[in-house]
Amino acid sequence: MTTPPTPKALGGVGTYIDDRFHSARFAGVNLRKVFPNHWSFMLGEIALYSFIIILLSGTFLTFWFNPSMHEVVYDGSYTKLHGVTMSQAYESTLRISFDVRGGLLMRQVHHWAALIFIAAMFVHMLRVFFTGAFRKPRELNWLIGATLLILGFVEGLLGYSLPDDLLSGMGLRIAEGVLLSIPVVGTYLMFFLFGGEFPGHDIIPRFFTLHVLLIPGIMLALVVAHFMILWHQKHTQYPGKGKKESNVIGTPMYPAFAVKAGAFFFFVFGVTALLGAFAQINPVWLYGPFTPAAISSGSQPDFYMGWLEGSLRVFPAWEINAFGYTLALSVLIPALGIPGLVFTPLIIWPFLEQWVTGDKRQHHVVDRPRNAPVRTAFGMSGVTLYGLLWLAGANDVISERLDVPLYGTTWFFRFALILGPIIAFIVTKRICLGLQRRDAAAASHGYESGIIKQLPSGEFIEVHQLLTEDAETVAVAKKEVPALAAAVDGDGVPSPGSRSMMGRVRSRLHNFVVKDDIPVGEPHGNGHGDGHGGRPELGEAEAEERKELRH
Amino acid sequence: MLLALAVIGVVYAALSPETGRAEATVSASVKDVTEGKRLFDQSCASCHGLNAEGTKTGPSLIGVGAAAVDFQVGTGRMPAANPGAQMPRKRPVFDDQQTKALAAYVASLGGGPAIPSKEQVDPATGDAALGQSLFITNCAQCHNFAGGGGALTGGKKAPDLHETTPSHIYSAMITGPQAMPVFNDTTVTPEQKRAIIAYIVETREEPNPGGFGLDRLGPVSEGLVGWVVGLGLIVAAAVWITAKQREND
Ligand code: HEC
Ligand code: HEC
Ligand code: HEM
Repeated sequence: MTTPPTPKALGGVGTYIDDRFHSARFAGVNLRKVFPNHWSFMLGEIALYSFIIILLSGTFLTFWFNPSMHEVVYDGSYTKLHGVTMSQAYESTLRISFDVRGGLLMRQVHHWAALIFIAAMFVHMLRVFFTGAFRKPRELNWLIGATLLILGFVEGLLGYSLPDDLLSGMGLRIAEGVLLSIPVVGTYLMFFLFGGEFPGHDIIPRFFTLHVLLIPGIMLALVVAHFMILWHQKHTQYPGKGKKESNVIGTPMYPAFAVKAGAFFFFVFGVTALLGAFAQINPVWLYGPFTPAAISSGSQPDFYMGWLEGSLRVFPAWEINAFGYTLALSVLIPALGIPGLVFTPLIIWPFLEQWVTGDKRQHHVVDRPRNAPVRTAFGMSGVTLYGLLWLAGANDVISERLDVPLYGTTWFFRFALILGPIIAFIVTKRICLGLQRRDAAAASHGYESGIIKQLPSGEFIEVHQLLTEDAETVAVAKKEVPALAAAVDGDGVPSPGSRSMMGRVRSRLHNFVVKDDIPVGEPHGNGHGDGHGGRPELGEAEAEERKELRH
Repeated sequence: MLLALAVIGVVYAALSPETGRAEATVSASVKDVTEGKRLFDQSCASCHGLNAEGTKTGPSLIGVGAAAVDFQVGTGRMPAANPGAQMPRKRPVFDDQQTKALAAYVASLGGGPAIPSKEQVDPATGDAALGQSLFITNCAQCHNFAGGGGALTGGKKAPDLHETTPSHIYSAMITGPQAMPVFNDTTVTPEQKRAIIAYIVETREEPNPGGFGLDRLGPVSEGLVGWVVGLGLIVAAAVWITAKQREND
């Protein structure tokens, strides 16, 4: 690519800046940073761009939104509610929707962007999980990402509560119930958060501060840290021809990646704007202002909170009464226990996996999901659990739309929530192992070309064609899990580490991970084995040799 | 609004104007009652008994009133085809004249609420803002905030209120069909009933200012659209951009 000469004026500015900041060297290095090309590497970008859209549209909303529980009588443009007493928070949301120019569009853009933001974080996280991109040295970025996801949930819940409509009020009511269910300190926490009895006058202004200041501030800082770490550590890449642990193959930052990213930003922006313009979201005027006496069927939280709603809905009505106190297990377990069950493994996974496999190597080439069957299967059972909980949160809508009995759905989900993840685990693991076998076979005998040939003897055979170099690198890309440090030393004395309780758990788990392993494919039978926990990557000489074999 | 008025007009053109206020006074002609009895024996007696005293397959209709018959027959629920968890709404079997006759006959057996008058159910004179708060506190838990309907326990559901005529809304409130509670005139006054009707009718007729209403289902349909349309389109774009770029490499 030839660069056209820089216009003089620009050059002058450039020199001015460079003289003061030495930016040329910085830019020179950074503009040549390389980004691998794969669509799944753009999922995180979606989250970034929608976050930017949220910040901009949210700032617009703050100009008119009035976070106050002070009661007023409505007399704005939405005549149907004339004369209804409501909080200023609700009234100003109606005003943004009906009287502020572009207000409804901005509200809708803000809300659609919020949904897309969290959905994008989800799929981005799944990509990172299933490809093992969280492994050393990227554990810290995984932690940051998981924190961002959880903060996103919280931020969304806070925003959902701000307009003080019927649905947001019911969300608050649930939050109150959850706080109250916490033993000993629950009531205190509730009074602390709400500043008195539910709903009180403090909650909306407090949520507002959290929603527009504190949490976005933390999130922004974390996003920046996330990207700085990414920048420093460079991107992972999928296995393929020429891709090594020591290089990154892709597009340089400037110009190709910048153009691509810019175009993509406008696409994300365009989709959000289209949704904001043409698809109605959170029509608070239909819900009406919150009154503690009212509830509505079909009241659900936004999708990202749906799984908690689901866990509350299907959990049996258990409670313990002792010493004059009631411990509401039916709230405590589904609303605090289940999130713990989901978030704890999510957060500690990189460390857990490293501990179990004993794999302390640096990884820059990602795993294909099939090559880590236990991890992939575990992830799929997590996705299944989440998905089922999510559906359970909409069980009344499902029952109404699909004409199935409501209690039936509750019982269905109770069983499915236990069996579903187990089945998902088993099935996924089988599929992964099957795919691995196919890879191994293809690597050693080539793939079935579908061409049938008749031999001079009259026999029919199917021609096996050798894989291309690229496909073959992919097929043999599996890295074996290293063996744990020998549990028994040369004299047959068990090592102290492996005798402890944790040591035994660890070796059990390790065994569980490796026991069904399929040996790494041997490139068309040249006898190359890789059983010593080393890299399956071939040395230069070997690669040459294989090329020759191919001719 | 105009549409609603037109609907009311059609319904009431056929109904006798003398059906009075919601009291147990029946001023139907003897002819109506005889005609009603004949239709009843034909289509209803098998379940409700020859004298509407009730059988194993249908409850007694003595004292349910003209409003109950008008609602049940006018919304096509009766005559029931086969008893299930709930009689579905369907195309009415009888025309307005016949419905009126059946109502007159059942009312002659022992009073009960009468069919409401035109003014009682006129959405134009109801206070929709008052109706909003009454609807949210009394009806939304079953029928959903926008009258979209919802599931109830035991395989039953509260139907949507998108098509129901103002008169049938009123009758539903005073007779409490099936799993729905009765809202008599002390819990919800006739004035408040008219306010509720005004709210239901205005809400279902107002356009969606924000674009497609997504069936006014709330967060469930929004979540679905966010994933499928929003994220779906964007991811498709990501795949497309990368593919294009590969071609050019
Ligand atoms: C197949 C049996 C069957 C037939 C035929 C039938 N009904 Fe019914 N009817 C029922 C049942 C069962 C109920 C109780 C409804 C429910 O709980 O949903 C009922 C309820 C009613 C009610 C409501 C009673 C109340 O307490 O509000 C009215 C009014 C009524 N029927 C009128 C009629 C009329 C008029 C006819 C004839 C046109 C008719 N039914 C034909 C079975 C029948
Ligand atoms: C406990 C739940 C419940 C509540 C509360 C309730 N309903 Fe209903 N409603 C029902 C059920 C169930 C039906 C269906 C009855 C049937 O099919 O026989 C129904 C039917 C109706 C219908 C007939 C719809 C049609 O087109 O067939 C109307 C109108 C109606 N309700 C209005 C109201 C209004 C107005 C209120 C509030 C004042 C209200 N309902 C409160 C459960 C409820
Ligand atoms: C990063 C994550 C964020 C998420 C997930 C999020 C989500 C939400 C949601 C779901 C609502 C309900 C809005 C509605 O439908 O009316 C909301 C309201 C609001 N948000 Fe945010 N938001 C975020 C960041 C911000 C920021 C950074 C600001 C301000 C700088 C902001 C300002 C507001 C305001 C003022 C409202 C109330 C306005 C209204 O309800 O119309 N938000 N937010």
